[in-house]
Amino acid sequence: MYNGAQLTRLGINMTDWDFVVALAGNPNTGKSTVFNALTGLRQHTGNWPGKTVVRAEGGFLYGDKRYKLVDLPGTYSLLSTSADEEVARDFILFGQPSVTIVVVDATRLERNLNLALQVLEITDRVVIALNLMDEAKRHGLRVDERRLARDLGVPVVPMAARQGEGVQDLLKAVAEVASGAAVTRPHRVRQRDPQVEQAINQIAGQVERAFPGLPNARWVALRLLDGDESIEQAVREGTLGQLVQQKSPEPLPAIRLELEAVS
Amino acid sequence: MAANTDQLLANARNLRAAAGSDYHDTLMASIYADAEQIAERAVTVEGQRGRFDFDRTLDRILTSKMWGFPAMLALLMGVFWLTIAGANVPSQMLGTLLLEHGYNALHQLAAAINMPAWLSGLLIDGVYLATAWVIAVMLPPMAIFFPLFTLLEDFGYLPRVAFNLDRLFHRAGAHGKQSLSMVMGYGCNAAGVVATRIIESPRERLIAIITNNFSICNGRWPTLILMGTIFIGAAAPPLLASFVAAGSVVAVAVIGIVVTLLVSAFLSRTWLKGETSTFSLELPPYRPPRIWQTVYTSLIDRTLIVLWRAVTMAAPAGAVIWLSSNIYIGDMSIAGHMVQWLNPFGLLIGLNGIILFAYIVAIPANEIIVPTILMLTMTLGTAAAGAQAGVMLELEDAQVYGVLTQLGGWTLLTAVNLMLFSLLHNPCSTTILTIWNETKNLKWTAVATLLPLGLGFAVTFATATIARMLGWV
Repeated sequence: MYNGAQLTRLGINMTDWDFVVALAGNPNTGKSTVFNALTGLRQHTGNWPGKTVVRAEGGFLYGDKRYKLVDLPGTYSLLSTSADEEVARDFILFGQPSVTIVVVDATRLERNLNLALQVLEITDRVVIALNLMDEAKRHGLRVDERRLARDLGVPVVPMAARQGEGVQDLLKAVAEVASGAAVTRPHRVRQRDPQVEQAINQIAGQVERAFPGLPNARWVALRLLDGDESIEQAVREGTLGQLVQQKSPEPLPAIRLELEAVS
Repeated sequence: MAANTDQLLANARNLRAAAGSDYHDTLMASIYADAEQIAERAVTVEGQRGRFDFDRTLDRILTSKMWGFPAMLALLMGVFWLTIAGANVPSQMLGTLLLEHGYNALHQLAAAINMPAWLSGLLIDGVYLATAWVIAVMLPPMAIFFPLFTLLEDFGYLPRVAFNLDRLFHRAGAHGKQSLSMVMGYGCNAAGVVATRIIESPRERLIAIITNNFSICNGRWPTLILMGTIFIGAAAPPLLASFVAAGSVVAVAVIGIVVTLLVSAFLSRTWLKGETSTFSLELPPYRPPRIWQTVYTSLIDRTLIVLWRAVTMAAPAGAVIWLSSNIYIGDMSIAGHMVQWLNPFGLLIGLNGIILFAYIVAIPANEIIVPTILMLTMTLGTAAAGAQAGVMLELEDAQVYGVLTQLGGWTLLTAVNLMLFSLLHNPCSTTILTIWNETKNLKWTAVATLLPLGLGFAVTFATATIARMLGWV
């Protein structure tokens, strides 16, 4: 194979990481299997929701960079307010991971894309792990990952994580997005209703003026229009403003504490 | 800045009000529409869809109204039967090795180096013996039970259990997701309590937290399996013994589910009234379990971790038991005083003072109940029976049975009530702490702790009274 950079699994031994990588996905897509494959840890995997309601963390070394991998709770969306969805969303939003891997089930692509699209609204540093390709094949489904990558505007890596297939490609894609070598152009959901679109643009413009340089003003506008109380609070208290300082490689201290309290 | 953001929030609010109440739906509809379009372009379906049909056929049986529950009971029976039948021989071998050879060798060593009697008593008769018993009693059944249970989980069966139970939970006024946290509780109640985070409504989540203790956890299965084997299985003809034993364990688990539903229904009609939420539970496809990996991880992750927890709890508990039965106040040991004080109440509910004292010692971990009861019965029971004080050196079922019936004065009622009390008593200290962490509410933590205990007293009192009235005891 090509210049296969070496993967070293670091388990829970992770100090001084260079990049933080978040692992998101619907329940039951093999998220924990991907986590274990990358970190060498043995998070128990089970294919039902509620298995991982707290974050698990592990580390790996790839190329000459150290990565901290954060396994988020499996959720179907990032909108409603259950504790697990909030943990996942807050980490993607405030934890500012260098890359967010969204594990999607190739056999249930449409349903899984709902979550992927929501993640793409929040951050453009996304890699899609198109998992369970082996099952899709058995079910007679053919998934065109290149077409998918073009439509979503981010790298898509076909995988069969249980068999260890695609792990190398996933690492490569993550490294490229993390270092900025790969430029993503994430798909943003189109609002069919012109009136809604106009409202979003108006609010997004105001958000940008209030927090210049915010990477996801449009998403914030969407959430405000939807009456999301925790985002309203983040606007009121100025917590959103801290997202502008994108340099900080670590999650912001205050919010980190909050997340720790959840886990 | 503040004026800026206030205006921004006000603007958003106005626009939302202008658009009416279906804003949320409009936004969601856009996401769904895009997802549908993108998925449609990327996926092509070819040929037959055979495996979908396999899944569907299996689901039609395993989640059917008629066959769902019988299939569930049959699978549980199978798992426990394999556990009970398979654990017998290795348990005896371990018992001989640890309790006979190991114990004697240690005493010889202590004698050779002139160790003072109190120290060898504390270390060997206390710490070592409790630890050795925990290993001999727990390791073999757990090494069989956990891999089997994990294989079922890996195969995708647990969501079907949740699906079957969902209807019942709904009728009890609880959240369907409670069936998931309940199933988690079969591993560990503390984990089950944490898993209730998937339930959005605080009301329904509290119900799930309070009732999670009725799922029998890792630490309690061994007690049930042992009691089921030596008292209930042994009362049946030899050929059927292991089936009857497995059946009794399943019966207690089923009682646990019934109690969960009854208590949920009670709470949702009294203190925790409110709407019942709906949710959709996705039934994942069945997956061929990866047998060796499952066996390996369940041995490492579950069996050894649970065993290690039991051992670390058993060692200090062994010291406490030995000390409390060898430090005398007046003419009786501390344990003697405690047991004597608890005995009248214990006998009233068909148990005895030793069992209640053991449940106090075992608050940190249910795993050590059986060794504690055995050790206390050996030391205190002999005094009562006037026999030679001694140490049980083997773990043959017949011998455990002999110790409990002759020295402890146990009857079938004691064993049955111990099984019921094992299901219905306060959660272990780890779980209580977890409940406090999750609720941050003293009242609900107290309810979750004391309600099961009160139920336990009530139920065992009822069975004891009925048994006495019918003249069985």
